[in-house]
Amino acid sequence: MDYEAERVSAEAAIAGADSLDALEALRVGYLGKAGSISALLKTLGGMSPDQRAADGPRIHALREGVSTALASRKAALEQAALDARLAAERIDLTLPAPQVPRGSVHPVSQVMDELAEIFADLGFAVATGPEIEDGWHNFTALNMPESHPARAMHDTFYFSDKTAEGEDVLLRTHTSPVQIRAMRATGGTQPLRIIAPGRVYRSDSDATHTPMFHQVEGLVIGEGIHLGHLKWTLETFLKAFFERDDIVLRLRPSYFPFTEPSVEVDVGYANSGGRRVVGGNGDDPGHGWMELLGSGMVNRHVLAAGGYDPDQWQGFAFGVGVDRLAMLKYGMNDLRAFFDGDVRWLGHYGFAALDVPTLSGGVGTVA
Amino acid sequence: MKFSLSWLKAHLDTTASVEEIAATFNAIGLEVEGIENPAEKLAGFRVARVLTAAPHPNADKLQVLTVDTGTGDPLQVVCGAPNARAGLVGVLGQAGATVPANGMVLKVAAVRGVESNGMMCSSRELELGDDHDGIIELPADAPIGTAFADYRGADPVFDLSITPNRPDCMGVHGIARDLAAAGLGSLKAIDATPVAGSYPCPVEIRTEDAEGCPAFFGRVIRGVKNGPSPQWLQDRLKSAGQRPISALVDCTNYVMLAYGRPAHAYDLARLTGAVSARRARAGEVCLALNGKEYALDPGMTVIADQAGVHDIAGIMGGEHSGCTDGTTDVLLEIAYFTPERIAATGRALNLTSDARARFERGVDPAFLDAGLELLTRLIIDICGGEASEVVRAGQPPLAAKRVAFDPALTQRLGGLAVDEGEQRRILAALGFAVGDDWTVTVPGWRPDVDGAPDLVEEVVRIHGLNRVPGVALPRADGVARPTATPAQRIERRLRRAAAARGLNEAITWSFLPEAEAAHFADGDAWLLANPISEDLKAMRPSLLPGLLSAARRNLDRGADSLRLFEIGRRYLRGADGRSDERLTLGVVLAGEKTPRGWATGKAQGFDAFDAKAEAMALLAEAGAPVDNLMVMDGAGAQFHPGQSGTLRLGPKAVLARFGMLHPATARAFDLDGPVAMVELFLDMVPAKKAAGFARAAYSPPPLQAVRRDFAFVVPAALAAGDLVRAVKGADKANIVAARLFDLFAGAGVPEGMKSLAVEVTLQPVDKSYAEADLKAIAERITQAAARLGATLRG
Repeated sequence: MDYEAERVSAEAAIAGADSLDALEALRVGYLGKAGSISALLKTLGGMSPDQRAADGPRIHALREGVSTALASRKAALEQAALDARLAAERIDLTLPAPQVPRGSVHPVSQVMDELAEIFADLGFAVATGPEIEDGWHNFTALNMPESHPARAMHDTFYFSDKTAEGEDVLLRTHTSPVQIRAMRATGGTQPLRIIAPGRVYRSDSDATHTPMFHQVEGLVIGEGIHLGHLKWTLETFLKAFFERDDIVLRLRPSYFPFTEPSVEVDVGYANSGGRRVVGGNGDDPGHGWMELLGSGMVNRHVLAAGGYDPDQWQGFAFGVGVDRLAMLKYGMNDLRAFFDGDVRWLGHYGFAALDVPTLSGGVGTVA
Repeated sequence: MKFSLSWLKAHLDTTASVEEIAATFNAIGLEVEGIENPAEKLAGFRVARVLTAAPHPNADKLQVLTVDTGTGDPLQVVCGAPNARAGLVGVLGQAGATVPANGMVLKVAAVRGVESNGMMCSSRELELGDDHDGIIELPADAPIGTAFADYRGADPVFDLSITPNRPDCMGVHGIARDLAAAGLGSLKAIDATPVAGSYPCPVEIRTEDAEGCPAFFGRVIRGVKNGPSPQWLQDRLKSAGQRPISALVDCTNYVMLAYGRPAHAYDLARLTGAVSARRARAGEVCLALNGKEYALDPGMTVIADQAGVHDIAGIMGGEHSGCTDGTTDVLLEIAYFTPERIAATGRALNLTSDARARFERGVDPAFLDAGLELLTRLIIDICGGEASEVVRAGQPPLAAKRVAFDPALTQRLGGLAVDEGEQRRILAALGFAVGDDWTVTVPGWRPDVDGAPDLVEEVVRIHGLNRVPGVALPRADGVARPTATPAQRIERRLRRAAAARGLNEAITWSFLPEAEAAHFADGDAWLLANPISEDLKAMRPSLLPGLLSAARRNLDRGADSLRLFEIGRRYLRGADGRSDERLTLGVVLAGEKTPRGWATGKAQGFDAFDAKAEAMALLAEAGAPVDNLMVMDGAGAQFHPGQSGTLRLGPKAVLARFGMLHPATARAFDLDGPVAMVELFLDMVPAKKAAGFARAAYSPPPLQAVRRDFAFVVPAALAAGDLVRAVKGADKANIVAARLFDLFAGAGVPEGMKSLAVEVTLQPVDKSYAEADLKAIAERITQAAARLGATLRG
C-alpha cells in the first residue's frame, strides 16, 4: 500500500474541509474506531515481524501526519470562526458612553478650605460662632456701645426678640464676635491664633453688595504682638493665597472701633484685559490699589471684654471678604451669582471634589 | 468731606502739589475718594471776543457771529443767546470740547444751514451757576485766547472719606492741621479776635437740659442785610458740594465746613421771649428746614421759645425761624450738645444732617467762643450790622483728658522705632500738649483719643504706617500641627463626598420668603424685624426650601437635571430666645436622573431610592453607624407620605429624612415632575470616639465564603428591611451579610402576600461547612423569618 499517497490524499481532504463538522467527519473517517487509518493500525497485529518493521513506522507516520493536519486545520478553522465572531461583534465606539454626573464644590467653600490650609501652617485654628448674635457680642464687646455712630453704620438686621439679658438679637454684621467668643473660651490665659470664616449679614443690596456674604476674621493674641507682625502675616497670607511673590501692600491708617491703631490694607493690582490681577506695586504704570482688608491692633477694651489683661496681652485682628478673595483669585465678576445656585455657574466656577487644597500641591486650583 | 485747594491753602501755608497732598492724605488716614479738577472739565473752552453779530438768514432767534479766539482767522459761530453782540467777551467751546452740564461733545456742524464752529456758553452749561438767560459776559480786558480754566483759576477739589472718629477733620482747618503735622506746610493760626458787643443781648438764653445741652452761647446782630453771599464764599461752599442759600445761612455753613463747628442763625423777628434748650414735650412737632414735619418725644433736646419748638437741637433748624431775604436782626446760636443724645435723636427721627454728623462725633467743647466770634465777624463783614454782647448759658465739658504715655509703646505696639523727639514733635503738631514726664493732654477737638494706643496711632500714622517693618510671627517647632476640629473634618469630608457623588454645591440665602419658611417650619417662622425685602424675611428652618427654589430657577432656565446640595445651618429659635443653629446638609434631585439615551431609552426621573442612596452614603461619610439605622416614617408634611422616611438611630434620634416631594409642596414651590430630597441633620450624628491610627487587627479568612439564597413568602405589609434584619441576625457567628435581591408579587404568590429573596453570605472560620452545618444555619434562618410570618417558598 502506498502510505505516502494515502497521506497526501488525506491532507488534501483535510485542507479542503471548510467547517469543524466536515473536519470532524474526516477525523472519524481516518482516525475513528472504524476509520481507515485506525483499520491500518489494526492490521499491524497480523503482520510478520519483518513486515511490521517495514510498515509499522509508515503507518504510524501516516497517523501522525493526519493527526497533525487535523489539529492544525482545526485551529485554523477555530481562529477563522473567532475572527468572524469578533468581526460580527464590532460596535460603534463613537456612540456616547454612559455619563456620570460631575459634582462640584462651591468657590466660597473651596476658598475657605484654602484659607484653613494656609493659616494652619501659620498655626491658626478655625473658629466658629453663631450667626444670630446678641448686641453685646456683635457690638458692645467690640467697643461699639449703644450710641456709637459706627453701630448705626452697620446696616444691621434685627429680630424683635431680646435676650434674657435684654440684649438685641440680630444677624451678625461681621465675623468679629467670634473673636470675643474665642478669647473668652481661653479664659484670657493663653496666646491665641484663629481664623473665623462664615456668613455675615448687612441690610445692603446693590450691584456689588448682597445682604448675605462671607467674611474671614483673623485674630492673634500674644505677648509682644505688634503691627509689624500684622503686616508680615497679611503679606505672607496673600502671597500664599495668590501664589505669587510680588504682592505689595499699602497700609493706610483708618478707624475701626475694635482696633487701635487701625489699618486699612490696599493691595496693588494690574489691569489686564478688563480684569484686576492682584500683584505688583499699585503706583506702577498700569497698576492701581484696591482696598482689600481691614485690620489693626486689638483695642484694649476688646481685649478686656475678651477676658485678657490689656496690660499683659497684645494682639492684632483682620477681616476680609471671602467672596471677594474668590472673585479676585478665580475671576468671577458678579457677587449675586454666588447665591443663585445656577448649575451652569456652579459647573463653571465650582471645583472638583478632588481639588483638595494642600500645601505641597498648591492651595489654588489652576483653571 | 469736600473742599477746594484754595480753601485748604487759606488754612495751610504750603507749596505742595495736588499729587503730594493727595498722597499724604492717604498716608495719614484721610482717604482720598476723588480729586475733581475743574480744569479738566473746562478743557477746550477759551476766552473769545465776538467781532461781528448778524441775523441768521433762516432763523429769527439765531445770530451768526464771528469770534476771535486769539489765534488764526476768526471762527463763524451760530448763537441763540439774546445778549450775544459785537464786542462781547465770553467763553467759546470749540469742536472737541465736552459741555460739562450735559456731556455733549461739540463739533463743527451746520445750524439751520449755516456752519457753526463751536458754541458760546452760558454759566449753566459750564456748571458755574444757574444763569441760562444768556452767554457768559467776561470783563472787556479778559485775555482773548486764554484757556478759560486758566483765566478763571483752576481750583482742584479734594473729596476725602473722614472716618467717624475724626470730627476735627470735618472742617478744613482740622485737615490742614493734620497735613502740617505730616510736614506738608505750616498751619495758619485762627484769628478769632472778639467782636466787641455794643449793647446787651436783648434775648434771654437758657439751657433747661443740662444733660443734652450743657452749654448754649449766643448773641444778636442787628441791622444785617441778607442776600446772595459773595462769590468767594459761594465758590467755597460749592466746592464742598453745598448750594449757596443766602449770606446769613451761608455764613453758618461756612463756619461749620471750615472749622467743623455747626451754628445756627434765627430770624429774631420770628422769636418770642426767651430762647431755651429743653427737652421736647410729648406731642410737639417741628417743621424742619427740609420741609418735613418731625414728631418729637421727651428724649429729644430742642431749641424753643415761648411760642414753641424752633429747632431740633444739633440736627436741623426749623422752617418758622429760619433767615430769609427780609431778615434784619439775627440771634446766633452756638451750643454744645451731648453726642449720645444727638445720635439717639437722629436715629429715632431717621434724620441726617451735616450738623448731626459733627455733634454726634463730638465737636470741640473749647471752641464755642471762638466759633461765635468767627461767625459774628463773617456776618458783619458780609451783611453788616451791629453785634450785641455774648450771652452764655451753661458750661461745656472742658475738662481735658490726660494720658500717661510711654514713647516706648510706639515700638512695642506699633512695631515702629520713632525717636522721642520726633514723637514729641508729631504730638505737638497735632495739638497735644506733651509734658516732660510724657503726660499728654488731649486737645478738645480729639474726642477719639483716650488712651496710650491712640497716641501710638497718631505717631505711627504721621511718621508713616508704611515704614512699619514686617516681622514674622513666632513659629512653633517642626511641622505645622493639624487644626481642624472633628466637626470641621466631617463638614469638609461630606462636602467633597457629595461633590464626588455628582452633586453640585450651592449656597442659598439664610433668609426666605415667610411663606416658604413657614411651609418647612415646625412652629412659626423666625422673622427679621427689618428685612431688606419680603423675599428675604424669615430665617430658614431647613435647607430644602432654598434648594427647591434654586431648582425651580434652574428648571425655568431650561436645565434638564439637577443634583444640588448645600451644607449650612438651619436656624431655630431656642427656648430662651437665643439662636439654635444646627449644621445641616440638604440635597434636592430634580429633573432627569438619566437623559434619554441610545442604550437606555426614555429619560428617567429620580425616585425615593435615589434620595435614600444619597442619605445613606453621606451619613456613612459623616461617620454615622449606617448599618444600625432604621427606616421609619415621619419625614414631614413636605414629603410624599408613602414615599419618604426618616433614618433613625433608635426611635428618637432622627439623623436624616428623605423621599419624594409632596404634591402640595411642589405646588407651593412651583415645581413640576418628580423631585427627591434629602436632609441630613448633622447635629444628630453621634461623634466618633477618638481613636488612634491603628485599625483593629484583621487578616482575610483563609476559607471561602459560601452563598445561599432564601426565597420567602411574606405578608405584603411586611417591611423588607425587617425580614433582612431578622435573617442577618439569625446566626451572628456565621452570617456576615444578607442582601435582598428579589421582590415579587403576582402569579404563584398568594393574594395579600409577596415573595422576597435574600442572598445570605456565610463565612466559615476554622473549618469548611459540612452539609449538616449548612442545614442547621438554614434552619435558624427559616425560623427567624417565620417569626415575621414568612414561609420558605416551595
